[in-house]
Amino acid sequence: MSKLTPVLSAHWDEKDSFTIEAYTRNGGYKASAKALAMDPDAIIQLVKDSGLRGRGGAGFPTGMKWGFIPQGDNKEHYLVVNADESEPGTCKDTPLMMANPHVLIEGCIIACHAIRAKHAFIYIRGEVTHVVRRLNQAIEDAYKAGHLGKGIDLVLHVGAGAYICGEETALLDSLEGFRGQPRLRPPFPAIAGLYARPTVVNNVESIASVPAIIANGAEWYQKYGTEKSKGMTLYSLSGHVNNPGQFEAPLGITLREILDLAGGVRTGHKLKFWTPGGSSTPLFTDAHLDIPLDYEGVAAAGSMLGTKALQIFDETTCVVRAVLRWTEFYKHESCGKCTPCREGTWWLVQILRDLENGSGSEEDLAKLLDLCDNIMGRSFCALGDGATSPITSSIKYFRDEYIAHVTGKGCPFDPVASTLFSGAGAR
Amino acid sequence: MFSDQDLQVMDSIIKRYPRSRSAIMPLLHYVQSKAGYVTNEGIELVAQLLSIETAEVSAVATFYTQYKRKPVGEYHVGVCTNTLCAVMGGDAIFAGLKEHLGIENDGVTADGKVSLEHIECNAACDYAPVVMANWEFYDNQTVQSSKDLVDAMRQGNPPAPTRGPKTLPTWRENSAVLAGINDGRANEGVQAGEPTLLGLKLSKEGK
Repeated sequence: MSKLTPVLSAHWDEKDSFTIEAYTRNGGYKASAKALAMDPDAIIQLVKDSGLRGRGGAGFPTGMKWGFIPQGDNKEHYLVVNADESEPGTCKDTPLMMANPHVLIEGCIIACHAIRAKHAFIYIRGEVTHVVRRLNQAIEDAYKAGHLGKGIDLVLHVGAGAYICGEETALLDSLEGFRGQPRLRPPFPAIAGLYARPTVVNNVESIASVPAIIANGAEWYQKYGTEKSKGMTLYSLSGHVNNPGQFEAPLGITLREILDLAGGVRTGHKLKFWTPGGSSTPLFTDAHLDIPLDYEGVAAAGSMLGTKALQIFDETTCVVRAVLRWTEFYKHESCGKCTPCREGTWWLVQILRDLENGSGSEEDLAKLLDLCDNIMGRSFCALGDGATSPITSSIKYFRDEYIAHVTGKGCPFDPVASTLFSGAGAR
Repeated sequence: MFSDQDLQVMDSIIKRYPRSRSAIMPLLHYVQSKAGYVTNEGIELVAQLLSIETAEVSAVATFYTQYKRKPVGEYHVGVCTNTLCAVMGGDAIFAGLKEHLGIENDGVTADGKVSLEHIECNAACDYAPVVMANWEFYDNQTVQSSKDLVDAMRQGNPPAPTRGPKTLPTWRENSAVLAGINDGRANEGVQAGEPTLLGLKLSKEGK
């Protein structure tokens, strides 16, 4: 029997999978019809019982988040879907919305009913034009079919290139028409979110998982996954592997199992390091191939499941170069609101550049770790924390490689060897 | 610059939202669709439509990298140089394009056809190395394929995106799509590429 369990991805291979015709043909919008006839509290309970946890990285129980919305408060409530997929390595929500935008819309309808919201927004990053087209067309078609517009309105809001807007409170500021900068919490969005009203912010995959849970029941969902990490999820495999792609499997599958399915690390090479959930999650090495990829398993091994973005790097890759590039990313994307992140990421880049080009010293490693210490836990939001993850974990596992840059006064790696087209056409 | 019809469209964008200020981002995308970039005139118009100060609009326009404060090419090319794409060839592609086009990061060719920018992770890592053009996907690029792509742009006949519409829209046309204007092309192109479908295919084979 296959280790894979396509539910979200079950119909992606149908050429018209993104149309309302295909979605309806495959049983779509039956779950929302069923949910709209249910008591909202019963839906929240069902989602709680299913064990569904947030797929955007933090893994917070989705039903519990919905339950935090105060009821009978006579205020507008809002649902905001975080579709600002930008964490390096993360590439699951974008193909999901391109192949099946309607499952997200149906999930929005169900979630709105559960939290008594009349208005939902999908905040999508602006650099994926064709996904914007597909979603807007799908929303238009859902209105025409009467799924939207009868008590629930849905607007697609298109971002404009800012990683920080994936942080839920920065996203809300951006959606309100300001620069995307995070807010102090508390109050949490459940109390004062969009327009200072009770708001649920959920990841695309979390909301898209809801229709199947309503249709099949909490017990069905609980059959998949591990004790505290229920259900199936999309694992995105990229990098130095023979066959990269999306693998929908029960939580708890291992990288070794996924690599087996993907034809292994690229032929003739071996695994050096990988991220379990994007660049903000501490690196793993070939010693972690059998860690169960669920929230607890990855945390116990010193990292985070994050967005299940499995970026694979083989032995041709310079870890210092890789980490420098991620650090340059965090520096570029730091919103500038808090000092540890704004100034800290700037200094991290300076020191890493020196180390990479061979002009650094061994003391720089201690300085890097000291800086990370002063950023981690002292920044306004998780961006600063995330920036330290690749640095501290790479020094932990590959200290010798940093030192080799110092003693050899330069990078010992040939960057051409790590490209996909090493050999012909590389220059 | 902005016609009565443009003002009607902008009014309809504002009406999407419970509070008008939320419309600032789609309005700026719309300004780019008409003016090619966020012009001072565009900022003044958005401020006027939303009854806020021009400084407040400028603050937003300068925060987000997709809003350009100077003209870009008819085809704006972004090369992903975040770690994974960079390592797998993005750095070589970006260096190759700079040399081939004779421009630097954020530069525009003299004929105004192509502009170049290095970009961050664009959520297509299983298709690395990735190049975006007017924010459409060109998957699995090489140095040569990306040079061929920009050459075709300069000749006015770029190939279709890998996962996108049948032909590559211009920068202005796609800016309108980002403002939420339906160009009727949602049904064009594939529903998914091969890597997206790999897990599904393997499960159907019982693996």
